[in-house]
Parts: sequence; structure tokens; C-alpha cells
Amino acid sequence: MIERTVTIVNRKGLHTRPAASLVKTAARFQSELIIRKDNLEINGKSIIGVMTLAAEQGSTLTLQFDGPDEEEACRAMEDLFRRGFDEE
Amino acid sequence: MDTASSAGQEIILKGVAAAPGISFGPAYLYSKLIPHVEEKPITEEEVPAEIERLHNANARSEKELQKIHAFAEQKLGSQNARIFEAQIMILADAILMGAIEKRIAEEHRNAEFIVADEITKYKQIMLASHDEYMHERAHDVEDVMNRIIRNIQDQKLYSRLEGASIIVSESLAPSDTVIFSRNQVLGYATDLGGVTSHAAILARSLKIPAVVGLRTATKLITTGDTIAIDGYAGLIVLNPTEETLGTLQRKKGRYTEFEGRLVNIAGISAETADHKQIELSANIAFETEIEFSRAQGSAGIGLFRTESQLIGKTSYPGEEEQYEAYRKVADEVYPHSVIFRTFDVGGDKIAPDTEHEANPFLGWRGIRVLLDRPELFLDQIRGILRASTRKNVRIMFPMISTVQELRRAREIVAQAKKELDERALPYDPDIKIGIMIEVPAAAVLAEQMAAEADFLSIGTNDLIQYLLAVDRDNAAVAPLYQQFNPAVLKTIRHIIDAGHKKGVWVGMCGEMAGDPLATVLLVGLGIDELSVIPSVLPEIKKIILSIKYKEAKRVADKVLAMSTEEEIRDHLSSITKNKVPEIPLDE
Repeated sequence: MIERTVTIVNRKGLHTRPAASLVKTAARFQSELIIRKDNLEINGKSIIGVMTLAAEQGSTLTLQFDGPDEEEACRAMEDLFRRGFDEE
Repeated sequence: MDTASSAGQEIILKGVAAAPGISFGPAYLYSKLIPHVEEKPITEEEVPAEIERLHNANARSEKELQKIHAFAEQKLGSQNARIFEAQIMILADAILMGAIEKRIAEEHRNAEFIVADEITKYKQIMLASHDEYMHERAHDVEDVMNRIIRNIQDQKLYSRLEGASIIVSESLAPSDTVIFSRNQVLGYATDLGGVTSHAAILARSLKIPAVVGLRTATKLITTGDTIAIDGYAGLIVLNPTEETLGTLQRKKGRYTEFEGRLVNIAGISAETADHKQIELSANIAFETEIEFSRAQGSAGIGLFRTESQLIGKTSYPGEEEQYEAYRKVADEVYPHSVIFRTFDVGGDKIAPDTEHEANPFLGWRGIRVLLDRPELFLDQIRGILRASTRKNVRIMFPMISTVQELRRAREIVAQAKKELDERALPYDPDIKIGIMIEVPAAAVLAEQMAAEADFLSIGTNDLIQYLLAVDRDNAAVAPLYQQFNPAVLKTIRHIIDAGHKKGVWVGMCGEMAGDPLATVLLVGLGIDELSVIPSVLPEIKKIILSIKYKEAKRVADKVLAMSTEEEIRDHLSSITKNKVPEIPLDE
């Protein structure tokens, strides 16, 4: 199991489009992804779950990967956050 | 048709003309379907069939949403269509659907109950957020939930239009647009909404007549009633008599003929036969309306209602969000210009955070709200200023009633400029600042106002109701709302003369500007600019092209000496019919 803290860098936060790329990226891997923000814990492979996060620019999320390809999954996801979901 | 004899008395409902056109037909009462969900136990043997129902419902829901999405994208633009993409993704959410299936199997309860229970959990989390964006998403989630449940229950979307019909509904949400995708909609009538509602915009783009803001249409009209819709006058006639149908049929014929001849004047500028230029522009609220306005022959946007930025919001949008919206509008209108009217909230318009007032039209609205909330006002002004770099943007303040208000508003603009200078952000330093003249006090003081403003724009709707002390939405006194009341005309002349005396241009952006009966008079009074709803642009332009300023001045002088509205209307009607016989004025 790997745990990472990431920050939302794109200006519009985790709105629908970034939420979709997050879910799509998570779905490429076998590993489970649990995302925590404040008191909320959701499944990173669920779009409706990610939509509830209301994560605006500057907020931090805890990502927890668990599974055979957790390291690759973690790398791919950290990269996606760093690129600001290729928003701008 | 034997409508009058079989179906009772003729009733005329007055609303707001939202999309031009005239049609007749059976009414179809459309009501939003909110499915009823009951909790029902199922047996172990029934579980596979129940899950099968869920799968089928999801597949049907997806098909419906794909269709709506394609339609919305084509008619409303990809930005407005994006909300359906999110809904489609939710249907394909394997985690969500897996959880629902698991609960059906373990709890032995019916699919629709579990769907409602499971999706409502997410909706509640979104509603608990303080973010207005999350509240909008909660509606999407609810929408998709209702769609799945309806399909599980195997209910048809709407009990199908039986042939061509005029849709009557309370209001229309973007997700209801699918009803328009059938080619059998003859017209559209709603209780709520203004010319800027989604329904109105869509109807215009589809060239279907629409009347909105009818208030009681859904109470008075039932499915199958014969109705007529007049999208020029903003009228719905229930059980129209033979006579009414004949009148409307002739009016429709005149318009069809007239519109056929108008196609070639969109590109020419509006000037009288003796070469007096009138700036003819459009009143809009959404960027998506610019294209239609241009096609109709507008020379720019004379009134952009920024309240559209507040639709669906629970708090005011910030500078950045507004800047992006205004920038798009300014770019699209270029090389013509756009006048952004700052938020005119209060009165009958939406206000995210205002309290109920006993007398809202005399209450906290327009510039009064903005001056009491300088932080909001500054956000908006900075947003507009930043969109002004191509020098085609102007600012206009609503509901000014004293010179002090104008001065304070100008100070806010100066402060906003200073703040942008500090942030090294560009804007047009010479941006023109004007005011709406819609309060009688401002009309009386027009000269002092003009001395401190760069332009004046007459807002006739409020000016007339304040001047004549008539609430035009109150049926008991509505006939006293007289656009051509001599007191109104004298006031308009005073405003125009005062503006010209101080060397500023005077325009009009109220409904009167778009009334073909008023055009000769307004040109004769020396109006510099007319800003009208896009649908009437060609008619107004045609009148301007057909008359001489010299003659119009004489008409204005003659009319201003008259004592009653009736005389004035009669005179203007005969002059207009004589000068521009092809204009389809009301009989």
C-alpha cells in the first residue's frame, strides 16, 4: 500500500473534466485507489464519488493505492496532478 | 374549427414575446416527471431479473442522454452541452453500479429504491458543500437518478406528443430540451422565465414561436385545448374565436411575406432616407445570442444583461469568472461594441442574497445594491474593464436616481482601474460610462446626469411604470400602462434634448425601442441609438430606411401636441402604414 498527498494546481479545481481524467487514469490499473479529503473518503475509480470532492485549487488530497501495480498507478496519478490535468 | 362552440370562452393571456412567429394547434401540457419510488421486497429468485431491469434502464438512459447531448451541442453550444457528458459518465460508473447491484442482491430490495438511496447519498454530500458549483452538480446527479428510476419503472419519457402541438409548461430546464428534438413542436408557452431563459433562446434558434412569463398558462390550459400563440405580441389565446384566428392568420401571412423581403437588409446600416444614422443594436443576455443578433443585422450589443452570470448561482461570481465571460462577448462582438449593464438585481430579477421586500420595485435594486456592496461591484467592474482592451466595451449603470449615485459609481470604476494598474493588467483607459434613465427623478434631472455621463440609455419598461404609477403585471391596472401616454413621450423628448445639450448620445433599450409603432416618433425625437430584441431588428431597420428624418421630426412635433394615447397611437399607426405599407402592424 502506498499513500501520497497531492495538491490541486489547476485553476478551476477538480471540476468535471479533471475528475473524468482522474477516474480514467485510475481505471487503467488493477490497484484500488482511495481518495481522502477532510472527513470524506471515496473510491478513485468512481466518477460520482470524485465529483463530491469539491476540491478547489490549492486543496490537498490523500491518495491511497493498494494492489499489484500500485507503484505505477501512483506515479501516473502524481504526474496527472502535477500537470494540472493538462487543463492550461 | 369549432373550437369556440365546443370548448368555451376565448381567453387571452399576456406574456413576454420570446421568439417570433404565429401558430395554432392543440396544447400539450408538459410537466416534469418526478418518479415515485416505493420500497418493495424481492425474493432471491427475483434478484437476477431485478438487476437485468437496472441494466436495461441504464442502457435506455444512456441512449436518451446521448440524444439530448448531441441536440444540445448543436443548438446551445458545447459549453451548455457539457452537463450531459457528466450525466453520461455517471451512468457508466462501475463502482456506483456495482454497489447498487450488490445491495439489490444482498438486501433483496427493488432496484429503483436502491438506486434512489445510493445516489441520494452523493447528492446530499454535494448539497452540504458551500460551493455553488457543487449545488449545480447535485442537480445533475438528481436528474440522472430520476432518469434511471423512470426507465426502471419503464415509463415513457413524456406521454408522447399526439401530432403537432404547442407545448405549455411551467419552465424549461436544459435537460428538457429533448422535447424540442421532435419536429412537431408548433410553439412554446411557459408560466415562468424571461426572454433570456433557455427556452426562449432555444425557441429562437429553432424558429419556433415562444411566449414566456405567462404566469397561469399551466393552470388555465389543459392538453388538447385549442390555442393560438402570437410570438410577436407575446400572447396566447385559449379557445380562439373564428375572428381571432382570422386576424392572426392574416398577421402571420403579412409577416411571412415581409420576412421574405428582409433577407437583404441585414448587411446595411440603419439610416433614414435623408441619411441620418441610427445605431441599431441588440439586447441580449448570453454570448450564444450574438450570432443570431448579427444575422438579424445588429450593429453591436446595446444592452448586455449581466444578470445572466448569476443564473443557477447561489453567490456572486468572482472577477476572474466574469472577466472570462465578458471577454468572450467582447471578442465575438468586435469590431462592433458592447454595453455591459452592471448587475440589475432586485425588483423582479434574481438576486442571490436579497431578502423578501414588500415593495421590491421601490426597494433595494440596481445601483443601490451595487453601491452597498462595493466588493461585488468592484469584482464586476474589474471583470468588465479587463475585457475592454479592444476598446469596444462600455459600462452602463442601472436604476440611477441621483447624481451622487452616478458619482459614487464612477469612483468605483476609478478605484477598479487603479487596482488593475497595480496588478499591471491592461484595460481601455477611455472606457465610456453611461447610465440607464429609468427612474423619473433621473429623467427630470437628465441634463445634470448627462453632464457627468458619457451616454444615456432610456429604459422604458421601468420608466413608464414609475412615471404612470402602474404595475403592468397587475391585470387590474395593466391597461393603464400606456407606452404612448403623452406624459411618457414628453419625458422622452426631455431626456433626448438634455443629452444633446450636453453633447452625449441618447439611446433607448426598453421594449418601446422594439415597437414598430414607435420608430418614426423616436427617430423624429432625435434618438441616436435603438437597442432591441434581435427578433424585431429587421422590421425596425426597414422602417428607419423608409422614412426621412425631416418628416419624422414633423410627426414627433404633431404627436407631442396631442393629449391622449389613443390619438397618438392612431396617428402613428396611419403614418407608419402609409410610409412602410409592408410592415405588419397589428390590426
